[in-house]
Amino acid sequence: MTRIYLDHAATTPCDPEVIEAMMPYLRAQFGNPSGLYAEGRQARQALDEARDRVAHCIGATRSSSIVFTSSGSEADNLALQGAAWAGRLAGKGDHIVVSAIEHSAVLQTARHLQTQGFSVATVGVDEFGRVDPEAVREALTDKTVVVSVMHANNEVGTIQPIGEIAALCRERGIPFHTDAVQTVGHLPVDVEELGVDMLSLSAHKFYGPKGVGALYVRPGLELVPVIHGGAQERERRAGTENVAGIVGLSVALELAVREMPRRMPYVAALRDRLIEGILSRIDGVRLNGHPKERLPGNANFVFHGVDGESLLLRLDMEGIAASSGSACSAGSIEPSHVLLEMGVPSDLAVRALRLTLGHENTEDEIERVLEVLPRIVSQLREIAEAGVARRRETNE
Amino acid sequence: MNKKERVIVAMSGGVDSSVAAALLVEAGYECIGITMQLWSDDLPKGKNNESGCCSLSAVEDARRVANKLGIPYYVLNFSHAFAEEVIEQFTADYMRGLTPNPCIVCNERVKFGTLLRKAYELDARYVATGHYARVGYDEKYGRYVVRRGVDRKKDQSYTMHGLTQEQLSHMLTPVGEYNKEQIREMARGLDLITATKPDSQEICFVPDGDYKAFMREVAPESVKEGLIVNTKGEVLGTHQGIAYYTIGQRRGLGIAADQPLYVVDLDAETNRVIVGTADEVFGDALIADGVNWVAWEGLDEPREVECQIRYHAPSSPATVIPMPDGRVEVRFHTPQRAITPGQRVVWYEGDVVLGGGTIVETRRIAPEASEEPLKVH
Repeated sequence: MTRIYLDHAATTPCDPEVIEAMMPYLRAQFGNPSGLYAEGRQARQALDEARDRVAHCIGATRSSSIVFTSSGSEADNLALQGAAWAGRLAGKGDHIVVSAIEHSAVLQTARHLQTQGFSVATVGVDEFGRVDPEAVREALTDKTVVVSVMHANNEVGTIQPIGEIAALCRERGIPFHTDAVQTVGHLPVDVEELGVDMLSLSAHKFYGPKGVGALYVRPGLELVPVIHGGAQERERRAGTENVAGIVGLSVALELAVREMPRRMPYVAALRDRLIEGILSRIDGVRLNGHPKERLPGNANFVFHGVDGESLLLRLDMEGIAASSGSACSAGSIEPSHVLLEMGVPSDLAVRALRLTLGHENTEDEIERVLEVLPRIVSQLREIAEAGVARRRETNE
Repeated sequence: MNKKERVIVAMSGGVDSSVAAALLVEAGYECIGITMQLWSDDLPKGKNNESGCCSLSAVEDARRVANKLGIPYYVLNFSHAFAEEVIEQFTADYMRGLTPNPCIVCNERVKFGTLLRKAYELDARYVATGHYARVGYDEKYGRYVVRRGVDRKKDQSYTMHGLTQEQLSHMLTPVGEYNKEQIREMARGLDLITATKPDSQEICFVPDGDYKAFMREVAPESVKEGLIVNTKGEVLGTHQGIAYYTIGQRRGLGIAADQPLYVVDLDAETNRVIVGTADEVFGDALIADGVNWVAWEGLDEPREVECQIRYHAPSSPATVIPMPDGRVEVRFHTPQRAITPGQRVVWYEGDVVLGGGTIVETRRIAPEASEEPLKVH
């Protein structure tokens, strides 16, 4: 069966051009960048070039502001823990502000910091999943050492007013971090324009390899490292660099930025087609997130009277890869904390269907989804209405 | 060619459901493995949360087995249904002086309730499990019936008396045709990771098998001191809450007496534990409520059956007598020890489950041999 992949917010396929660029560093150019000999120097050069490319792509004035990590989650951890501890050790305070709809890499890190004596203020969102900058301002105290609000939400796709929040943090001299894992490579991201002090990104969200991410750190901002044991990444992240992965990240990002003028409107048009199609062909459906301020590839729905898990499984059986956006450690679906924060009732918050598109999706694929989805939704509703007593006569 | 029939296999991560999946794949069904995530984060955790049925490591084992068998596998969240249908009733029953059997409730409401509905939603005809019982249509009775598993020691038919004809018609229990050794042998032959896994014995949601600690944490209101009295009403001591005692229990009563005393009744209304002599733990008859009929469609007149009053216990001859309100009175030919309200009573003919219900009352002839049976509970 031909598969239709609609979970690009989870991960994307690695671009062949990216794989091509990585291959030399998985083969002949295996050197350790810390080595003083020719092999090491070659690897070091590859790293330097990758760092330049990434800095350029996100508008960073200095390459040294890019810290490569193993993932977006690690970048989030380094930003939050690093800035929190640096602030506390400098005697500035022990207060952290995060939004309630952050990825768990930020939320759980904040919770972990709570166990170490930090206090955490959580800022809520409106029904569209937007953080109000004024609410962030009100949450700040004299002891706030770091603020983190994501650039766009991974579940509902709502884009946050990061520029405003960054500006009000800067007024108070408080380091501001944004998790831009969902936006980098998909939307224009410029750290100077946004005015952020730290920004996380992840390669596999923009057609790069898994297992590599980066944190932008504004020059002069002190971070206490999370991983100790070496002088790599200017002593901010120990461990021999993932040279092939870092090269892959940088090439993927360059490619994404270069292709953005073409891909972004294409993907947004597919998304609009999908949203319109679903809203017009299915009753009792609600679009989650902001109607306009949303990621080009994100569509998120709840269907009244439809079991969200069964819907995803049926789609999988029909060859369509989709997600609810929220899963627990065992892999089953949990009520979405994002939808709950947006005021969606808990019985609906387990019913979300997240479809996230990429540039390799086609109109035909969207048409296929618009043909399959209404059929499954109405079947599931029939079964839900009939209850357990319903006898099954299909398959015969 | 006919489309293959789709089956949802409930995979707990144990050897029995692993082999059930393997047997059904071999028989040509289109199998989909499902592990039911029953835990919500707010349940107390003990060491068996890591190793027990439906735990995280159970999910990993089940996933490996599904991959080995080449079938799709999903983990589905049933924690809401499980908390509502099983755990709430479990704690409520204990507080009412009953001794519940949550695994049966889980069968009736979750495995063959919520999961069966899920199967319909996934366009599947059957739910399959690793139960040691044989389910199928029987010409003689003209109904779907449950028979004891071939392995009498492992037999789980007792836990399936509450299933409706609708539920039974959508069930497959291939393991019931084999004994445990054969199942383990098959698992080894297929090189399944679960082949040598020990059997789970405990209630899956009760950490470390300590239901009392679970009750104290989940339902602290169950700790409620009261009086221990004998069958004449004389006060002998105090107890910490009737939820912490079961019928027939001797140890842990903390009272001195010249002969061994046993719990013979738990009275929620007066919050009393009633104790009696070894003789007084025996009962002649019981009343069953919530009766479900399996091989028999119902009961119009007294009939002779074999009767089982607890899981993994022998059955005894008894007469079942219909009551006008749908309940059933069971009169044993010989007195039974520790007939326990809250437990199920299941009637058999040979190895066929005829029906069953929940024990709500025990009746016994008072030692003074009065004509009036002493009504306890």
